[in-house]
Amino acid sequence: MKKVKKIMALGLAATLTFASMTGCSSKSDTNSGSNSDSGTASGTSDETFVIGGIGPLTGDAASYGISVKQGAEIAVKEINEAGGVKVGDKTMQLELKFEDDQATADKAVTAYNTLMDGGMNVLLGCVTTGSCLAVVDLAKEDNILMLTPSGSAAEITKNDNVFRLCFTDPLQGETMAEHMITDLHYKNIAVIYKNSDEYSTGVYEAFAAKVAELGGTITTAEAFADGEDFNTQLTSIKGTDAEAIFAPIYYNDAAHVVTQAADLSITLPFFGSDGWDGILDTVTDKATVEGATFLSPFFSGEETAADFVANYEKAYNTTPDQFAADGYDGVYVFKSALEQAKTTESADLISAMTQIKVDGLTGTGISFSATGEPQKAAKFIKIENGEYAAAK
Amino acid sequence: MKNRQTDKQLIKNIAITIIIFIIVESLLYGGLLSRQFRSLLIPVCINVILAVSLNLTTGFLGELTLGHAGFMSVGAYTGALVTLNMNLPMAIEFPVALFAGGIAAAIFGVIIGVPVLRLRGDYLAIVTLAFGEIIKSIINSMKITNGAMGLSGIELHANYKHFAYVFALTVITIFAIKNMVHSRQGRAVCAIRDNYIAAEAVGISVSRFKVMAFVVAAFFAGIAGVIYSHNVGTLKPTTFDYNKSIEILVIVVLGGMGSIRGSVIAAIILTVLPELLRSADEFRMLLYAIVLIVMMIFNSSQIKQRILSSEILSRLRRVKKEA
Repeated sequence: MKKVKKIMALGLAATLTFASMTGCSSKSDTNSGSNSDSGTASGTSDETFVIGGIGPLTGDAASYGISVKQGAEIAVKEINEAGGVKVGDKTMQLELKFEDDQATADKAVTAYNTLMDGGMNVLLGCVTTGSCLAVVDLAKEDNILMLTPSGSAAEITKNDNVFRLCFTDPLQGETMAEHMITDLHYKNIAVIYKNSDEYSTGVYEAFAAKVAELGGTITTAEAFADGEDFNTQLTSIKGTDAEAIFAPIYYNDAAHVVTQAADLSITLPFFGSDGWDGILDTVTDKATVEGATFLSPFFSGEETAADFVANYEKAYNTTPDQFAADGYDGVYVFKSALEQAKTTESADLISAMTQIKVDGLTGTGISFSATGEPQKAAKFIKIENGEYAAAK
Repeated sequence: MKNRQTDKQLIKNIAITIIIFIIVESLLYGGLLSRQFRSLLIPVCINVILAVSLNLTTGFLGELTLGHAGFMSVGAYTGALVTLNMNLPMAIEFPVALFAGGIAAAIFGVIIGVPVLRLRGDYLAIVTLAFGEIIKSIINSMKITNGAMGLSGIELHANYKHFAYVFALTVITIFAIKNMVHSRQGRAVCAIRDNYIAAEAVGISVSRFKVMAFVVAAFFAGIAGVIYSHNVGTLKPTTFDYNKSIEILVIVVLGGMGSIRGSVIAAIILTVLPELLRSADEFRMLLYAIVLIVMMIFNSSQIKQRILSSEILSRLRRVKKEA
């Protein structure tokens, strides 16, 4: 009996060894492939440039990863159909390889290594902050150009090969504070945020600092860790003289907050961060979010986005959100970097990043600073008559 | 006679360990391992340690616990804070981190062990589940752990480049728990599982051995946590939620309650399987779940028993013996 188990164990070990062997044979294939890509300068067309992507395609945060992937797929398809990217004297086709990380750090590392096995040239990722932090140093080691579409923690861009397409959490908080106090003249603001979430905490902390700087008052900052019952926090907000509520949280939590606020007959206007995108599909009664304003890099009702929205809806049967737009823009950023650098060498691509200007869905004339941060204007979206509209 | 047999067994075990180690190392340094599999080496070791240590409480003590990720997170954070604040060479820093992480988790093991004495079965499962969540919330609200933002920039003292150390730690864990189970204490633990009242009647101090099992399991979970934090380099409280505990429990159940070898094999399979299924794209997790169900059914079915006791295998055994 025991021996049988041992035999089985050995058999399994053998299978695993075999599996890794097959893994490596495919690696050497792709390696020689990518070597000829970058090594020979002679201009033959139809070479492919591999864009790797990492994001959650399964699990709690799956919607973000799937959106980024689909947005990027649209861009890759558009570029390839238009003949590819002109890199120096040759034209290259783009290829997107997107790996699932389930929004966890250790899976992101394996996903990254899988992509490196697959001959990745540049990395569009990661989608979530935790994964980005786990991957940045590996990307530095390989000196791969990395562009995160939506990882918003400040430390992500500490290495010079990493760039960011979205706003940082602190910047969102500051922008919203300026908007609420300088533009809309609110004095007393209540906050509800999720203290178990790095994004929410990051936005809130910067918001609070900026409000204090601009002479406003935060009447109460109510924190929650998890759950769907916000009555305690909302009742406490109701008891203060707040004129508006700032809720830097994700849309699923925000949907519960607004519904319960309506039940408590709180009529204060809501303000949110970019996590609010998608809230109209989540709330049961759209009247509860009427008049709410949030920050978003992308607005699907805009004229400039019409083509993208139409293509996206045709391909995936759903309206694109900001993550899809980030994914789409990310691919176009790589395209301009390639055209600027005129080569596929990582080092040249990285230095080209600070010289390019990209007109994308998430902003016109997006450029990148040497510290990896994007320079683009923020967009405010207001919910009017149950629809998203650009806020004045 | 008996001694000679155990000696033989020991030599065989050591030989198998060394052979596995040599195979993996030569694959690693010969550049034969793809990067994907290279980055799986450490997670496999971590899951082996976690599963084997959880098997001590779930399999041998017979108590269903759902808070193993809690112990792991205590170890992970303690170890990470040690290396982040020490800035000494790895040879000093990492062993200290391992020790500190293990001890910190063991202390939490004592804390949870005391209320556990009063509970059994379902109640215990719920208490340990709650305990895991409490640890998560505490880490979430502490300044030193950087709250929800978590820690990052932890030195990678346990990534694939240091596979030899991690492998050694894994082997030590397996041998320690295996030996413990076969010792006087281990037999007492098993006796408690098999018949609580009878064990008490023959004079086994039930509470003492229960706490001991918890503390040892927690210690090794803490070690696994330290390795985890020094492999990935970042830590977030949400990583260690009850899903992680259940993931470990799944490994133990698949490998078989009270089978250390089973735990090791199941840990390897369940870590590598989702990666092998990457090509299935969006069906990956669905396939993974289906494979899991099939394996569980197979494991507890008559078919497996029949295969194990079938003619062919016994003949094989005979052939092997003759040779």
